[in-house]
Amino acid sequence: MNHWILLPVLLPALLGSVLVLIGRRDPVIARTLSVTSCAALLALVVSLLATASTAGPQVYALGDWPAPFGIVLVLDRLAALMLVLANLLALLVLLSAIGGADREGQHFHALWQFQVMGINGAFLTGDFFNLFVFFEILLIASYGLMVHGGGRERLRAGVQYVVVNLVGSTLFLLAVGLIYSVTGTLNMADLASRVPEVAAGDRALLHTGALLLLLVFALKAALVPVHFWLPGTYAHAPAAVAALFAIMTKVGAYAIIRLFTLAFGDDAGASSWLAAPWLLPAAMLTLLAGMTGVLGAQSLAQLAGFAVIGSMGTLLMAVALFTEEALSAALYYLLHSTLAAAALFLLVGMIAQRRGSAGDRLRVAPPVAQAPLLGALFFIAAIAVCGMPPLSGFIGKLLILDSARESVSASWIWGLILGTSLLAIIGFSRAGSLVFWKSVAQPEAQDAGGGGAAEDEGAAPPARGGALPLVATSALLAGLVGLTVFAGPVSEWLDDTAAQVHEPAQYVDAVLGAAAGNE
Amino acid sequence: MEFLVASSVGVLTAAGVYLLLRAHTFPVVLGLTLLSYATNVYLFATGRLAINAPPLIDEQVARYTDPLPQALVLTAIVISFGMTALLVVMALRSWSASGDDHVDGGQAAPGTAPEDRR
Repeated sequence: MNHWILLPVLLPALLGSVLVLIGRRDPVIARTLSVTSCAALLALVVSLLATASTAGPQVYALGDWPAPFGIVLVLDRLAALMLVLANLLALLVLLSAIGGADREGQHFHALWQFQVMGINGAFLTGDFFNLFVFFEILLIASYGLMVHGGGRERLRAGVQYVVVNLVGSTLFLLAVGLIYSVTGTLNMADLASRVPEVAAGDRALLHTGALLLLLVFALKAALVPVHFWLPGTYAHAPAAVAALFAIMTKVGAYAIIRLFTLAFGDDAGASSWLAAPWLLPAAMLTLLAGMTGVLGAQSLAQLAGFAVIGSMGTLLMAVALFTEEALSAALYYLLHSTLAAAALFLLVGMIAQRRGSAGDRLRVAPPVAQAPLLGALFFIAAIAVCGMPPLSGFIGKLLILDSARESVSASWIWGLILGTSLLAIIGFSRAGSLVFWKSVAQPEAQDAGGGGAAEDEGAAPPARGGALPLVATSALLAGLVGLTVFAGPVSEWLDDTAAQVHEPAQYVDAVLGAAAGNE
Repeated sequence: MEFLVASSVGVLTAAGVYLLLRAHTFPVVLGLTLLSYATNVYLFATGRLAINAPPLIDEQVARYTDPLPQALVLTAIVISFGMTALLVVMALRSWSASGDDHVDGGQAAPGTAPEDRR
């Protein structure tokens, strides 16, 4: 057994507990430890990615209990990819947070580590109940991070976020119970081998359970009709936290891909491709709702939130086709949209800081300090999010359109993706020109930050955090450029990943075979 | 037995959903608690209802009850207890910060930043 597989869960768990104790006393040590651990984790998961891309799926049996009875962690290409993305994001966004945002409340770094632990665990686990537990870990850490720094509106949005997710957790348990009562297993691989043998009379129960799970994952992924919580939550969360949350919606997407290709794929007999008829229309509506929201947004943070909903729609549309090609395109778009959304949220945070009392609201206000730099970054991020050439959003959408060509719903998919891209472009150009070009010459009140005169630039803002958020944002955007330049090798790698995902026998043999052979 | 368990799950769920849809935080917290009770009882029943049967392997016993749902219920109880405590604290903080306990805030128009309303 490869013991390194456990470390992406273990290291943040241990460090989080240590940080609870020392975080308040010594912020410098806390920051250093937190960043070091995130960097070490990134290095580790990159090496795990290398292992996963040469060898088949790797299995780690916790406590050495054999597979259907004990809990297993499974590292295949898809899980490794998500781990690398999550830990890269965690490191970069943490860099921006240590500029000062982490001092607004207590225990920021401890919560951050627990959040990372939950995310990593959710990607690695091969057991449904364990997935529930990791969801709870990442959610409870996210509740703390969401209200970090406090404030009336943030707390209120936080309460709504908690309530929505607690209902989601209840449904998750009900769904797991249904599936267990029919199949008698919670292990994903074991479930995959038992689904085809379920008696015809029990199949309706199994389908109810699986579709309830789809609903729960859709709640996490902010899919219509359970998307309503996202704009409020993301708009009120601190910028760095909202940027990290960009990966949380992808946890939902990952869970959908994992469950419905593994257990309800080609081999599932009467249950094959159970999710497809539900997921595709929901994803289409999500895309439409998200991009319409972009048009109607009243603040930059809301705009970014609705853009995230729209990107989830595009992503899950490709997932819902359930073909190898479309999955590869979806994964490429997933990488792109996570980085782009995170960069956008960090930018929105910086712009709000530099606009005085206007914050991130979309109305005429005194000019933004450091407007040329922020404007340029916003322009790049907007191009990426809208999916215009030359950045990776364009390539991602192109790949999705190309993979949808054979589908029955091709005309719908093409029409929606192209049409909503136009909506996004209009929404973003409206927002960008309002914020950066349509500024009043004199300060609206006695704000120190405004001034409007050119000599104020750079000096005026109470630049909390200094250059670090800028560095982090630029690094995220550089990631997008890298994704564009290396689109060829990346999508070849993703093709192989999609092929592995569409061959669930590999996963099942690795998990259950490891038990038999006692590797 | 079956009727008792099934109807208690049903009544708890119905009451939980009703309370969950109220506008104030306290009924919502109660509703979530009832829902999680319903889930726990339901999870317990997923291992089939067997009376007077041990969940452990014993050579003298021929009939077992499924131990796994019991372990799941224990975990679920712990998690939902923790979550309820957290929600109560957040609801209290939100109440003391804003002066009312409406879940959705009611009056304020969406999209305006906090500064407008202070």
